[in-house]
Amino acid sequence: MSTIYILWLRQLKRYIRSRSRIIGSLGQPILFLVALGFGFGPIYQRAGQGSYIEFLAPGIIAMSILFTAIFSGINMIWDRQFGFLKETLVAPVSRINIMFGRILGGATEALFQGILVLIISIIIGFHIHSYTLLAMSLLFMALISLFFTALGTAIASMLQDFQGFQLIMNFIVMPVFFLSGALFPLNGLPKALTVVADLDPLSYGVDGLHFALTGASHFGAGIDIMVLSVLTFILLVIGSYLFSKIEV
Amino acid sequence: MIKATNLIKKFGDFTAVDNISFNVEKAEIFGFLGPNGAGKSTTIKMLTTLLHPTSGEIEIDGINPRHHQNKVRASFGIVFQDPSLDDELTAYENMQFHAVLYKVPKNVRINRIEELLKYVELWEKKNELVKNYSGGMKRRLEIARGFLHHPKIIFLDEPTLGLDPQTRNYMWSYVQNLNKQEQTTIFFTTHYMEEADKNASRIAIIDHGKIIASGTPAQLKEQTNKESLEDAFLELTGHAIREEEASGLDKMRRMRNAFRRK
Repeated sequence: MSTIYILWLRQLKRYIRSRSRIIGSLGQPILFLVALGFGFGPIYQRAGQGSYIEFLAPGIIAMSILFTAIFSGINMIWDRQFGFLKETLVAPVSRINIMFGRILGGATEALFQGILVLIISIIIGFHIHSYTLLAMSLLFMALISLFFTALGTAIASMLQDFQGFQLIMNFIVMPVFFLSGALFPLNGLPKALTVVADLDPLSYGVDGLHFALTGASHFGAGIDIMVLSVLTFILLVIGSYLFSKIEV
Repeated sequence: MIKATNLIKKFGDFTAVDNISFNVEKAEIFGFLGPNGAGKSTTIKMLTTLLHPTSGEIEIDGINPRHHQNKVRASFGIVFQDPSLDDELTAYENMQFHAVLYKVPKNVRINRIEELLKYVELWEKKNELVKNYSGGMKRRLEIARGFLHHPKIIFLDEPTLGLDPQTRNYMWSYVQNLNKQEQTTIFFTTHYMEEADKNASRIAIIDHGKIIASGTPAQLKEQTNKESLEDAFLELTGHAIREEEASGLDKMRRMRNAFRRK
């Protein structure tokens, strides 16, 4: 337990100390909210779908969680390169605990980021549908955070340096975001796109957030929670295996 | 205490450690010397469970690290050749982190961290982020951290690299003391031959992955008919300068600089 706690604490200390990074990483979601939200707003309205900002905000919250979570997972490569990873790997503690500590720390960062973006969305003009469901949105944010931090960590366990980073951005992070229903509703899409969106883990996170924040859901909140939990569990098992195999 | 039998490590076609065997007794101070790229760090990484040997057996305090990694890890401390601190944490937090990982009890922890940080003269700067430290200060902090939990075996991989003679002396007297008082086994590498001569009870010299000589410093000098250990070392390993491959860190720094230039 103390191992998990100290690793979690370390991640959080680093996060809180990097204020410029926190502020910097809010730039992108704000841009998306303002440019897309207000830019596509009129046309979305004319299509009879109501307010686009109301639809978009949960997707952008999910996006900022996705990016923060994946990066904090992949940040392990810095620790590997700058030597700190060795310090944890020779310690007489189980590697699974080390990995859990890292993942929980990274997921907490991502969760904070999600909450910050939620607050910004409200300032920009997003209306919360029901305050009782707000707690549920935290649950979904936490699940998305956990899943993608675990994914980033698992990927980082296999990489020696940042050379594969561009590949991950273009072939994992971006498709996961754009095909998740964060930007457009999943109803009535072409068949192929529907299949891809159904296979995208973030779709369930975005859908869950839609449900918790606006009351509308595509898959159903129960399915969302189940899919995310099961996938996170599977990923943690795979991640534990990869992490235990790390050599420096 | 440390036993290696027919140890081999290959990276692709390259054999970094080529069938070495040695035995370090309890409470010995064992010097492991060799030119750059000879296989010293690779050997230490295998002994400390960071790398898996391609073949061969290791026993640390009678335990095989292949089967009982955590037991083995609990029995040693290590000061790495290259930095392994968290730059974004303070010196004190780095020490605390280590103490928690090694399960040093809380009451012991506080005293020992203070004692050690005072010892390496970083106590006044304990709340400063490590990234603001100079190279020498970082080194001192790593050494202090390596001694924080009192293990049975301490691995020191070029511990005195970049230290001034004062700190070097300081460090060695601490090590000697630990060795005498607590019977700690010391396994170290260095490029400073006087240091090895002065402190090691026994030395093995490795070159191109093979152990080419071993014995007490006096025996090695006798064997080569040289006055100093440095001459004996050069006699055994030759005068050619060795190339070492750029480490991951070097590559990384280059990449970071490339980013900064933009």
